[in-house]
Amino acid sequence: MADFIKKIANIDRRYIFILIALTVIIPLLFPIGMPVTETKEVMAVYDYIEKLPQGSAILVAMDYDPAALAEVYPMTLAVFHHAFSRKIKVVGMTLWNTGAALGELAMREAAGDIARVGEDYVYLGYVVGDVNVIMRMGEDISAVYPTDYGGKPLAESPMMKGIKNYKDIALIVDIAAGATPELWVAYAGDMFKKDIAVGCTAVSAVGYYPFLNTKQIIGLIGGMKGAAEYEKLVKSRGTATAGMDSQSIAHILIILLIIIANISYFVMRRKDKLLKKA
Amino acid sequence: MKLRVPLILCFLCGLLMIVQFFIPHPPFTNMYEKLLDWAIIISIFTIVIGLSSLIKLHYTRIARKTPERPYSVVVFVGMAVMATVGIINGVNGKEFEWLFKNVQVPMQATMFSLLAFFIASAAYRAFRARTLEATLMLVAAIVVMFARVPIGSFLWQHIMPDSVLQWRENLPEDVAGWIFNVPSMAARRAILLGVSLGAVATSLKIMLGIERSYTGSGE
Repeated sequence: MADFIKKIANIDRRYIFILIALTVIIPLLFPIGMPVTETKEVMAVYDYIEKLPQGSAILVAMDYDPAALAEVYPMTLAVFHHAFSRKIKVVGMTLWNTGAALGELAMREAAGDIARVGEDYVYLGYVVGDVNVIMRMGEDISAVYPTDYGGKPLAESPMMKGIKNYKDIALIVDIAAGATPELWVAYAGDMFKKDIAVGCTAVSAVGYYPFLNTKQIIGLIGGMKGAAEYEKLVKSRGTATAGMDSQSIAHILIILLIIIANISYFVMRRKDKLLKKA
Repeated sequence: MKLRVPLILCFLCGLLMIVQFFIPHPPFTNMYEKLLDWAIIISIFTIVIGLSSLIKLHYTRIARKTPERPYSVVVFVGMAVMATVGIINGVNGKEFEWLFKNVQVPMQATMFSLLAFFIASAAYRAFRARTLEATLMLVAAIVVMFARVPIGSFLWQHIMPDSVLQWRENLPEDVAGWIFNVPSMAARRAILLGVSLGAVATSLKIMLGIERSYTGSGE
């Protein structure tokens, strides 16, 4: 028995890798369809956009790179889908250079046939500067982005005729893989008194609860589960919903592994104590 | 003189930015907008510095014939290909987009996805309830992992008897919510306050010339 426990405690990590791979792949191939329940943090973002009058404009900052794609790309698409279906104009941009092309891909994919570039959405792309960009856009967006990502002068976009700075933006949504929400909250939220919503990876989500508590952000879409909740709310099943089964089973596996590891630890510790006494 | 000019410039610019915050009228608003434009332009030069630093590092590896030099060659080839395609066809061109979608995106996503395997293995080997603090962390981690996926609510609502469900319909999610909104938030708020106060102190030190590392003087 003690040898078995010892073997379990020192199991080759490749077996763990195989188990993780199977728990991710099998539910993707054979979906279980576990129900996703909405949380109030995600509902807050949805309700805010739902209540915006048609023709309002929102700014979506896609501050992520391909590494965080699995978690934040589905929520980006879901937010765009929501905005376009409600005839809300979207100004897209990014503070991450590796996210520049991703933002354009996301807007194009979400727009499909329901939204047109220049009339319903504009993608501004990336400019170096982080805080300086956020602050300058508060005065004049075209001073930072004289052209859109495709090189077309902003003045020629019908949509941008009525949008000069944050005063013409109803909501700023920062979908981030890093710490940019803190910059948006500090500079756009506090300086320019704009409402900010945050979408982020699950790991970062816990760090934004202080802002949620003080109402510095109006809502929070955290991780793939948050993305799946938003997909459910906008009735658009995407990769986040599909990934929930895999994530659920993988979490259960990790919990079981931790429990088994601790049981083996305590058994081995007790055995060592008994040996020392003897 | 060589040291004094940057210190005086730093102090004056910092002071101007503070003053304009409290006087949002011309000429301070015009000055503020100009300074922001200059800051954005100067930031662009950081890309040049980053690029030259990267080239220097990898060139040195190739020149010294280190064992990792094949990867440095790959870095140069990748950089040259993406830059050439981007400059010739534009960043909106089909070729650049193809390279980004089919090379960079899958590679970067894959690198990050490897974390899942290593985290599982590390959790199995290192997550032990050796002390009280470790036990608390372990319990909190298990509760959050269980509650933050749909299976947590699903199992709770299908396993628990009706009497328990009437008391708490979704206890795992309630407990995870409490962890996020009370102890975790308190700790996070303390860290944010500490970092913010540190940033204020460092900014004052830079403005007053106490912190001079940006001048390259080594102090």
